[in-house]
Amino acid sequence: MSDYAICTDNLIRDFGTVRAVDHLTLQVPRGIIFGFLGPNGAGKTTTIRLLLGLLEPTEGRAEVLGFDTQTQADEIRSRSGALLEHPGLYERLSAEDNLEFYGRIWRMPSPARQARIKELLTHLGLWERRKETVGTWSRGMKQKLAIARVLLHRPSLIFLDEPTAGLDPIAAAALREDLATLATREGATVFLTTHNLAEAEKLCQEVGVIRKGQLLAVGSPSELRTRLGTPRVEIIGRGFSENVLTSLRARPEVGKVEHQENRLLIELRRAVDTAPLVSLVVAAGAQVEEVRRGNPSLEEVFLTLMEEEK
Amino acid sequence: MMADIGTVMWKEWKEILSWGGGRGKMTLLVFVGVFGIFLPFQMGRAWVESPMVLAYWAWVPLFLVTSVIADAFAGERERHTLETLLASRLPDRAILFGKVGAAVGYGVGVTWLSLLLGLVTANLIHGQGILLLYSPVVGLGIVGLSLLGAGLAASAGVLVSLRSATVRQAQQTLSIAIMVLLFVPVFGIQALPAEWKARLGEAFMALDITRLVVIAVAILAALNAGLLVAAMARFRRAQLLSE
Repeated sequence: MSDYAICTDNLIRDFGTVRAVDHLTLQVPRGIIFGFLGPNGAGKTTTIRLLLGLLEPTEGRAEVLGFDTQTQADEIRSRSGALLEHPGLYERLSAEDNLEFYGRIWRMPSPARQARIKELLTHLGLWERRKETVGTWSRGMKQKLAIARVLLHRPSLIFLDEPTAGLDPIAAAALREDLATLATREGATVFLTTHNLAEAEKLCQEVGVIRKGQLLAVGSPSELRTRLGTPRVEIIGRGFSENVLTSLRARPEVGKVEHQENRLLIELRRAVDTAPLVSLVVAAGAQVEEVRRGNPSLEEVFLTLMEEEK
Repeated sequence: MMADIGTVMWKEWKEILSWGGGRGKMTLLVFVGVFGIFLPFQMGRAWVESPMVLAYWAWVPLFLVTSVIADAFAGERERHTLETLLASRLPDRAILFGKVGAAVGYGVGVTWLSLLLGLVTANLIHGQGILLLYSPVVGLGIVGLSLLGAGLAASAGVLVSLRSATVRQAQQTLSIAIMVLLFVPVFGIQALPAEWKARLGEAFMALDITRLVVIAVAILAALNAGLLVAAMARFRRAQLLSE
């Protein structure tokens, strides 16, 4: 059995003259939460549709859980769960009936189905409202129910297309927490698309960045920050005169210096020892209270990548 | 496969009965009341004894089925549930036959319920101590024609629903189709020269009821099969979302 849950090889999908996915080559290891990041229209949803065999690729091929997406899509779908662009709930039916329907689809025996529905709805705080028609629910509750539907049959692979989109911050945070707990407990591979970078940073062990259908970078969030971000130093203190700033800007390893009240933000051209810079600041007459080294956030890496592509 | 078809039918019936927050059930009650109580009460023994009832019961399921089949795929597409359904493990044919089966089951079920209730009403009010029953040919004709009429509406409706972006669009197309089916023969016959009309009338009268039923059943069965094959060819999961 392959170590990868998802393998794509030069996958291409065109819609008329528009290329939605452009030579996508990607490997997603089993058992991790993988974040697929990109702006709107980057090709994230199309990629999920291709991986589920809901669309045929124009060129290239993909394997999901060891099955070919074009010839063995039924096998893939029978082992996966998907929360796509929309929650996909039957709003005229109750929450319980929605799960009952999908439980029957997955051929879960009745006692196991009932027990699993109760377990998931209880965990997500929806058990007491299971008889209510879903159409009357808030978006956050619907999204939680959709997550319960995805996890119902304990799939090996879960596709989540922007699961927290449109939710208020509190609901989104709660859902993220539920998702992380449930995914860890169920031990599944999760393929998550989002344009919420903080979310990806919190949830994902690996991320891939896509733009205009092309994969720009892939790796763990920390790897990407180190590999693609600019190292920086933050110095907190007093007496950051023009003389201090000029001395710093003259150093070859310093890219950019920014002065904000009692803080100096120094962007470095490469990872270097910061002690000489601190000595320089002190020698130029400033008083240093605190020095922090840091890497940029995933969001900054992402924005850098987007800028580079422009 | 049969279990999967049953699952889709279960969901479809749940949705049909919950339509409009109970309005669906009320509409059904009114329908059964009209065809099971009011009309037999009004028409008397003719409701059972006249072969013309065949025409009623062939048309009734057609209307019932077209009222729900438009929703089959267009409704799922409009309410954004189609993609999730397609991403499930259900085979293409189970989805298609489940939807057709649910619509046919609904149309035929309500029709036969009304039929039985109508028989009870006719016996209670107009029986005068004699058991009123449909003749075997008319009885079998009603069962066969209503089943095939429902099948025809469902398989044509599912084709329309597959192609429509919205339920309204599907309903409009189906309404036009029914109008054409209903009015073209009526106005067509009216437009014929008097001599032709007379000949047609004579030919029709010369046919016995059994032969008429057999011909109607054969035509409907052939149409049903053709439309179902077309729907199966049309229903391709990998193409439904890219259109």
